[in-house]
Amino acid sequence: MSDITLHITDREGKQHQVLAPIDMAMNLMEVIRSYELAPEGTIGVCGGMAMCASCQCYITSDHELSAMGDDEDIMLAEAFHVEDNSRLGCQIPITEQLDGLILELAPE
Amino acid sequence: MIHTDILIIGAGPVGMFTVFEAGLLKLRCHLIDALPQAGGQCSEIYPKKPIYDIPAFPEVLAGDLIHNLAAQIKPFEPGYTLGERAETIEKQEDGHFIVTTNRGTKHKAPIVFIAGGLGSFEPRKPPIENIASYEDHGVEYIIRDPEFYRNKRVVISGGGDSALDWSIFLVDIASEVSLVHRRNDFRGALDSVEKVVELTKSGKINLITEAEVKEIHGDGHLSSVTIEHKTEGSFVKECDHFIPLFGLSPKLGPIGNWGLDIEKNAIKVNNALDYSTNIPGVYAIGDVNTYPGKLKLILCGFHEATIAVQYAYKLINPGKKYVMKYTTVGGVEGFDGTKKVAKKSEIIKINIEPKIPALEV
Repeated sequence: MSDITLHITDREGKQHQVLAPIDMAMNLMEVIRSYELAPEGTIGVCGGMAMCASCQCYITSDHELSAMGDDEDIMLAEAFHVEDNSRLGCQIPITEQLDGLILELAPE
Repeated sequence: MIHTDILIIGAGPVGMFTVFEAGLLKLRCHLIDALPQAGGQCSEIYPKKPIYDIPAFPEVLAGDLIHNLAAQIKPFEPGYTLGERAETIEKQEDGHFIVTTNRGTKHKAPIVFIAGGLGSFEPRKPPIENIASYEDHGVEYIIRDPEFYRNKRVVISGGGDSALDWSIFLVDIASEVSLVHRRNDFRGALDSVEKVVELTKSGKINLITEAEVKEIHGDGHLSSVTIEHKTEGSFVKECDHFIPLFGLSPKLGPIGNWGLDIEKNAIKVNNALDYSTNIPGVYAIGDVNTYPGKLKLILCGFHEATIAVQYAYKLINPGKKYVMKYTTVGGVEGFDGTKKVAKKSEIIKINIEPKIPALEV
């Protein structure tokens, strides 16, 4: 299997079911950008360095995610609209284990 | 009024490199940037992070890249208007443009290059209802003059260096300093964190952690804020000023209203030729532009700058002949009188009689 399925709710509340490759070293933020689910310039602003929080999303399924690193933790401490299930999409690599992941983009 | 040949909006790597390419064509440049230093995102967001795709640099720190660019363009004496945001553009009867900043500084040039990256960096504003109506009436996102807070009660929020450093600085000026942070840990420099802890212990800073400012109140001018603690509930804190310091984020800003073709938060350009916009004389290069196949890479911005400058030369000097010359051949002649040229190859004569073999008969 080289693709997994993700269920993403965009900032307008619209739901999308998308396929993401697991062999291209992509992360969640990049998948969202590749499908243009949020306007360019409003997501992944820092390019994926956990330095802007523009890719913040709420993970609503109970998948086990990669542990949160210090950079991400610190950025979320400064971000707005943060909830307990907030993560930065750019810090979540796409792996086979994420098949069926359900998430929602946080407000801009 | 500042006069120049090419006015560059955005002093990031691509804007900076434009100065070099323009200099080779004897064109002078002036850079405007909303940030107080050159380098754009490389200086502001990730100066200590490595970049691996600059040709011939297996690894270079973003801050070093900017440092090197500054050295490379220095002979061409670029002008800088820093800490000011380009606000308006007006076309004059003589075909030149006047660009005015938010501070009222005026610049005049026949050619404008927009190298604005993702836009100008604006303070990130917390999502508090009615906060906009208190801006400049007790809510400030940037501290311009610390004296402004003399004998005032100040609430600062944020957990980064600027929140920590300003809290420390204002202790001796303000009558009361409260620092509100959502966490119990800070990411600032260690000595700043230690200083805040020390000032908290001595009662000079009122440190409120695991809390957030949720509401602001006042009659025309701010008079109090509601702070919500993670476990203890909400309370009202009287204050004269609320200063949210949550860093900066880029916004396209006023450039979006200049009549340029905008698509996906970027300026459409002609990538088949010269990276010109829909306004003759205005070019857009680097991350701020878009065209089919666009890649937001520093190295692509360098290319775009180089091409666009050649066409800018033609607009400034109609009919004047020029062909591109290799710097190895032509050297680099700065406006400051410096000249770098390749060494002439050394020719060494040898003094040995040639031995010619005797002809066999």
